[in-house]
Amino acid sequence: MISFVLAAIFSVRPSPIVDLKVMDNPNDEGGQIVLKWEYRKDADLSQISYIQIMRIDKMGTAPIVAEELKPTAKRYMDTDLKNGHPYRYFIRVWFKDGSYIDSAISPPVVPEAQWLHKDRIAALVILLLYGALLIYYLKKARKGERLTIRPIAGLQAVDDAVGRATEMGRPLLFVLGLGTVSDIATLAGLAILKRVAMKAAEYESDIIVPCFDPVVMAAAQETVKQGYLEAGRPDLYNEKNVYFLTNDQFGYAAGIDGIIMRQKPGAIFLQGAFYAESLIIAETGHSIGAIQIAGTSSVTQLPFLIAATDYTLIGEEMYAASAYLSRDPNSLATIKAEDWMKIIFIGLILVGAMLETVAGLTGNKSWSFIKTFFAGGAQ
Amino acid sequence: MFFSRTLPMILVFVMGVIGASLYFIPHPSAQSLENTLSQWSIAIGSFAIFLAITSLIRRYINNLKRGKEVVYNLVALISLFGMALLGLIGGTGPNSVFQKIFINVQVPLDATMFSLLGFYVTSAAYRAFRARNVEATLLLITAILVILGISTIGDSQTWLRNLQEWIMNVPNLAQKRGITIGVGLGMIATSVKIILGIERNWMGG
Repeated sequence: MISFVLAAIFSVRPSPIVDLKVMDNPNDEGGQIVLKWEYRKDADLSQISYIQIMRIDKMGTAPIVAEELKPTAKRYMDTDLKNGHPYRYFIRVWFKDGSYIDSAISPPVVPEAQWLHKDRIAALVILLLYGALLIYYLKKARKGERLTIRPIAGLQAVDDAVGRATEMGRPLLFVLGLGTVSDIATLAGLAILKRVAMKAAEYESDIIVPCFDPVVMAAAQETVKQGYLEAGRPDLYNEKNVYFLTNDQFGYAAGIDGIIMRQKPGAIFLQGAFYAESLIIAETGHSIGAIQIAGTSSVTQLPFLIAATDYTLIGEEMYAASAYLSRDPNSLATIKAEDWMKIIFIGLILVGAMLETVAGLTGNKSWSFIKTFFAGGAQ
Repeated sequence: MFFSRTLPMILVFVMGVIGASLYFIPHPSAQSLENTLSQWSIAIGSFAIFLAITSLIRRYINNLKRGKEVVYNLVALISLFGMALLGLIGGTGPNSVFQKIFINVQVPLDATMFSLLGFYVTSAAYRAFRARNVEATLLLITAILVILGISTIGDSQTWLRNLQEWIMNVPNLAQKRGITIGVGLGMIATSVKIILGIERNWMGG
């Protein structure tokens, strides 16, 4: 009898699953548990038909099949779980001969919602650092210290472009692109629009602003109105010149092209978020000989605008436009803080590249701490 | 003054701080607040469409009254009301007249505009690649190498394909990333300016 029991014990196959780790999924709104496991090195995976992730909701109750996976799987995330409730797991391995073996049962794991996304701490650090620099430069600006930024050709040309259009007796066309009012590029475009509107009022020129988004249209109307008011010519403001065109991308491009061909503006400003329509508009503007000043943060559209327009505000230059044009010390302080952040970033890139090289040469991953910190969960 | 200036600025500050904080908080209560705010944004956007249509109709009627571009304005007005009526009467289902007009008129018109891009790229490239100075000449040589490497010649000339891939993946990507970092920092700076009320152009200045 004893020999039979011993034979039965020693003939039981060990589970091919080893090192089963069960943990609460980090940085989520809860309800998720992650399982990771390895296969025993001597396990013959070709004999395994499939594996089942078994979940025990309550001790003493039957386990539930959470998922069936191929025998190559090494990770599974169980979702739709109850926060604060303990769950245990084990993996049932089914062999092609119809038998199965269960792995060891994991200790209980409780899914929980987190209050801080730890993979985004790097972004928080950058934001706080920027905030500290901003406070420093705002204090300097309020003390009356003169803050200077480098000349930006595209912005210096704004007044000349308006003057040229006035001399030619043609209107100005301002295109804010396809962005909505929540796009920072559109908001930067509105800052430039105000300056152009002020100059247009000063020179008694017409400014046409066809809009893609209705909310942007309302914001543009207010901006142009304020520009005319600040220039001391509210009587010249015509609300009908700032209007909604369409919110179909190529319909908008066709509409703008039509305005360019019929009204032949002397100066065209393309400031905002642009996509495939950018070149269609810019080339049409070039064909009538208008002076064109473009600005966008869309990296894919920049080469087209640089090729087709006279001046292009590249990415961040556009965001600096408001401070550059207004020369407001508080706005200039934000640009100075941004410039210092850029210097810090350049330093971090150089140090990071050197450390990564050392990590690659020595094979010691601990040198990659800068990359690990900034890449967070993205690596 | 309070309703036109102070209140919007307080709202922007509060919503801006909440919006930025939500990025760092994965908790369900934070996510639910984010969803609610997004729905509010959509609701406000829906009201704005009435504003847009009113602006559109007013402009077209005004142009018609002045006898300016009569044909274009008539076509636009008839299309606007005609499509709205067709949608209201016959619905917008897959076999409806509305859908047929959309697929057979609107879609080809959009495609036509998009296809113009091919011709515009050629004319813009011609101007950009004229070898007027050293920089423009370098640009021209690089462009030729990339075009040749990416075309069928690159299939047989491995060195050309490798060179093209290197140009795109190393110097080109480095420049793009530089611009992207600048744009990211510029966006943070502009957002902070708006939240703190330093930048007020979005409400007229």
